[in-house]
Amino acid sequence: MVDSVVLWRRLVGAQIRSQLQYRTSFVLDACSAFLISFIDFLAVLVIFHNTQRLGAWSIREVAFLYAMSSISFALTDLLVGHFDQFPQKIRDGNFDILLVRPRGTLFQVIGSDFQLRRLGKALQGVFVLVYVIGSLAIPWDAGRIAMVVVMIPAAIVIFASVWTIGSCLSFWTTDGGEFTNAFTYGGNFLAQYPIDIFSSWLRRFLAYIVPLAFVCYFPALYILDKPDPLGLPRALEFSSPLVAVAGVCVAGLVWRFAVRHYRSAGG
Amino acid sequence: MIEVEHLSKQFVVRRGRFRRERHVVEAVRDITFRVRGGELLGYLGPNGAGKSTTIKMLTGILVPSSGRVSVAGLDPSKRRIELAKRIGAMFGQRVQLWWDLPLIDSFELLRHIYKVPADRYRTSLARFREVLDLDPFLHTPVRQLSLGQRIRGELTASMLHEPELLFLDEPTIGLDVVAKQRVRDFLVEINRERGVTVLLTTHDLGDIERLCKRLLVIDQGSLIWDGRIDELRERYGGERTLIVDLEEPAPPLQIDGARVERVDGPRQWLRFRGPAAELTARVASAARLVDLQITEPDIEEIVRRIYQA
Repeated sequence: MVDSVVLWRRLVGAQIRSQLQYRTSFVLDACSAFLISFIDFLAVLVIFHNTQRLGAWSIREVAFLYAMSSISFALTDLLVGHFDQFPQKIRDGNFDILLVRPRGTLFQVIGSDFQLRRLGKALQGVFVLVYVIGSLAIPWDAGRIAMVVVMIPAAIVIFASVWTIGSCLSFWTTDGGEFTNAFTYGGNFLAQYPIDIFSSWLRRFLAYIVPLAFVCYFPALYILDKPDPLGLPRALEFSSPLVAVAGVCVAGLVWRFAVRHYRSAGG
Repeated sequence: MIEVEHLSKQFVVRRGRFRRERHVVEAVRDITFRVRGGELLGYLGPNGAGKSTTIKMLTGILVPSSGRVSVAGLDPSKRRIELAKRIGAMFGQRVQLWWDLPLIDSFELLRHIYKVPADRYRTSLARFREVLDLDPFLHTPVRQLSLGQRIRGELTASMLHEPELLFLDEPTIGLDVVAKQRVRDFLVEINRERGVTVLLTTHDLGDIERLCKRLLVIDQGSLIWDGRIDELRERYGGERTLIVDLEEPAPPLQIDGARVERVDGPRQWLRFRGPAAELTARVASAARLVDLQITEPDIEEIVRRIYQA
């Protein structure tokens, strides 16, 4: 495990070094990543401009959800965003290379790319968070701080598990990219809003099937000290780490099953 | 080193836009062979014959549909990671080096992936730098290398962890004559000096002729030849050619035990079997010779004949 983390840092470190060799190009890339996600935020502002409340949530509370989800998703994107190119790796058979090396394949795919410029996307969430925390007057105590410290890694793990499982699809379809995007980028979109504004089937889907409600919604109830508009048990507010662990296990099993169905490409 | 028994691999392909029909394609069917440690053998077959599929089953990339495979005493698909430490693989059409990094960085990363001790890494890299002449481009990003340079890098990459068995899938594809020769010399070296077992698939019969004593030929998924190259020659290519230059142009010679295949001015091509000495004597008594030479059937022609048989 420790050994894998060290190796991951080496893999990523080598790639960051090579990306930083082209300074101008790197800065431009990072700025454009930031701008694109900022335009995303403008769209949310438009909604807020026309309405003061979203269900049981004030606009600022929704902005808090938005910021936490954006930051977590941007960091996930930084770690595993290159899974978007994974179907290509399957299609042209380059996954072969990873299979003849003495390391886990999922680990190698995660370490195979790292685009530092994607950090630009996380900045936008940080700006919103700083603004929201200034205006929400949250009584920051040890429990709340601990919750923030735990919820972001848990959210990253949940998003990454969804991304991994979605990518497994390409072992059969050779191109399931768009379907997977519905759950990853689409998942981020859903996690930015309180789930009680959605219809009941979608709520159940987000709480029990693709557990995106655990990314922000439940932890945010604790931090903002809100009673759950849906009246669900309070224990759920503390369950994100457990859901994350479960997510990793499921993703690992699905991945293992999928790799055994790898068909490679002619050559 | 390698034991393969009744190995088969089927792929299910669905065809048709609306009514999807299942077709079973048999990429490899019922193959059996053994390879001893220290052999350098060629694995030959036309496109789509099942060469790569076999190699992929031997390296643990694909799971066999049926049959038994044992490589270095391990079942490749079940104990992939253990096996990966002991074998090296290079696929001529895949890139295992990091595209944007300098070549030396790829080697460094592989050293950590394979957990090669630092001192062994240094000595083994030093040897590859010398034998494959890597120094001029060791610090160049891989994407800027020529194909020949990249293949030399790829060979090093697949050998850094000192595997006992090396799989090469078309290692010389697209290389010029000089680069090809360098790769061949290298393979002979690691096979002779270090006793590495090498299984080589190729379309290039020159590779096979210069490197391998033993040859496996696969066609449409079935193994159709397993044996020495000279036996293959005797069996399928018994006829040699005697090329004679006469003093002046003549009608095709009538000689017992030979037939004239081609006439071009004073030069005639005679196909024959058996010893050349008697035939040469007979030709010399039938016509006035200026010069003569004998050519062996080339392997390309033999292989063409096997495929057609």
